[in-house]
Amino acid sequence: MNELLTAVFSGLGQGSIYTLLALGFVIIYKSMGVISFAQPAFMMSGAILVSYLSPRLGFWVAVVLGGLVVAAVALVVERLAIRPMVGKAVFVIAIITIGVDIIVRVVAGAFVGADPRLVGDPWGLDTWSLGGVQVQQRHVAAFVAAAVIVALLAAFFRSTPIGLAMRAAALDQEAAMAQGVNVGTVFATSWAMAGFLAAIAGVFAAAGNPLDQNLWIVGLAALPVIILGGLDSLLGAVVGGLVIGVVEALVRNYHSDVFPDLATNTGSLAPYVVMLLVLLVRPYGLFGTKEVERV
Amino acid sequence: MTAAPVLQVQDVTLAFGQVTAINGISFDVRPDELFAVIGPNGAGKTSIFNVISGVYRPQQGAVTLHGESLLGRSPADIAHRGVARTFQNIELFSNLTVIDNLMLGRHQHVGYGTLAALAWIGRARSEELRHRRAVEEIIDFLELAAWRAYPVGMLPYGVQKRVELGRALAMDPKLLLLDEPVAGMNLEETEDMARFILDVREDLHVPMIMVEHDMGLVMDLADRVMVVDFGTPITTGTPAEVQRDPRVVAAYLGGDMQHEEALS
Ligand SMILES: Nc1ncnc2c1ncn2[C@@H]1O[C@H](COP(=O)(O)OP(=O)(O)OP(=O)(O)O)[C@@H](O)[C@H]1O
Ligand SMILES: [Mg+2]
Repeated sequence: MNELLTAVFSGLGQGSIYTLLALGFVIIYKSMGVISFAQPAFMMSGAILVSYLSPRLGFWVAVVLGGLVVAAVALVVERLAIRPMVGKAVFVIAIITIGVDIIVRVVAGAFVGADPRLVGDPWGLDTWSLGGVQVQQRHVAAFVAAAVIVALLAAFFRSTPIGLAMRAAALDQEAAMAQGVNVGTVFATSWAMAGFLAAIAGVFAAAGNPLDQNLWIVGLAALPVIILGGLDSLLGAVVGGLVIGVVEALVRNYHSDVFPDLATNTGSLAPYVVMLLVLLVRPYGLFGTKEVERV
Repeated sequence: MTAAPVLQVQDVTLAFGQVTAINGISFDVRPDELFAVIGPNGAGKTSIFNVISGVYRPQQGAVTLHGESLLGRSPADIAHRGVARTFQNIELFSNLTVIDNLMLGRHQHVGYGTLAALAWIGRARSEELRHRRAVEEIIDFLELAAWRAYPVGMLPYGVQKRVELGRALAMDPKLLLLDEPVAGMNLEETEDMARFILDVREDLHVPMIMVEHDMGLVMDLADRVMVVDFGTPITTGTPAEVQRDPRVVAAYLGGDMQHEEALS
């Protein structure tokens, strides 16, 4: 029982990271109808940047500043590489985002260096014991951070002028423009937000361990999340992120009971198995709109 | 009668590749005027609206609102300058409520920023209350009170058309473009809409351009009518003048004959 709960908590922590990443994908998808494959690079850039900033500024200031800098980078990428392509085939823009991802990742990766780098988080691999259940502090922190960010996003989309404009543009771009909504501002804001979210996710993904060049692979798990939750659903990103996180942790935990002879842990595969099942059974995801089935 | 026109469209031509959607059209709309545009399917009526609101950029011609050129401006900019429209196929934000759709019509009048809105402080608060009052007035004006809290996608077709008019009015427009406001409506809904359009002119003094296939409605409501066919202007005049014009009869008869040929 305790073992099960331990796995669930660690899954919720990891799932919170997926949620933050997936929210960025969904925000961009809703504003432009494009999946941005640049999110893993922004995530990695965020973690690397914070590893440089936090010894000087302290962890929390470094996280906020790092998030803002990555948001600014995403803004520039959108303006230079994506905006000129608006109106072209969605497929073409998606390919461009892959190019952006590789470039940003290689540039950022050059700063990882040979010495182990840490994001400077206060948790490391420390745990709390809740009635015998071991909970990693970094997982609790990721969960709390995701909860705060989701609440802020909800308020943003509900009550700010730009948030409402973004919802309008997502529902009907032509009508939104006729109400005076500037779609350029909507695109730019969505990229900046996605960049910020990815950077924060990157910090939590890196917490507790030295940075490595493969950190961006965590970002790929956002794809099963958005397929499960629905490409165009913010709620789907939240629920999907947590579900995928927990499923992955459970499979990882019970792997050796089920497949004692298999050396590779099937936990890392679990999100993608879920993704394939969802694509077969309910291609628009749990909360997605029915028409939104494929990229 | 010499008041400066609100909108002037001069010699506008718009082509999509081989298709000339608008071919040298000129007209103006005067203060308080209800100007109708009629013509067979594919005549270029919606394209005229798309040129005025900045969705399409014509190859030739000029469009000015109160003397200022609209060409080359973005749809958002033109909306900010006071051009509001309804769409031929309803383009409402269908998951949002009537109130929220109308609040979006106020978008361009919103002067407070993101942080002020999140903190719900000072200016954001008083301004939002002001916008809500403006929206409530329109809801009363268009008799939408019963539907105000429903997502518009759930409402009857005729009511959705009215909500779209309401959203356009929420912009405090200087010019209103109505693309087939009664298309697909039953007799009762059509009569309601006609009454609201008249109220808009009489009470709010908003000049309007109306595209409509319902001849009875056009002849009853419009001050002047422009007839277009294949993107080309046939004639412009009062409803009575236009009805007598042999070229109009020919254009419509021609349209009917094509229609019959297509059927046979
Ligand atoms: N975006 C576009 N691309 C290519 N052709 C277009 C485009 N928009 C309009 N057209 C063409 O321009 C012509 C005029 O179309 P428009 O929609 O303005 O007609 P309309 O008078 O509004 O017709 P209806 O009464 O059916 O609404 C048509 O031949 C149409 O196919
Ligand atoms: Mg039309």
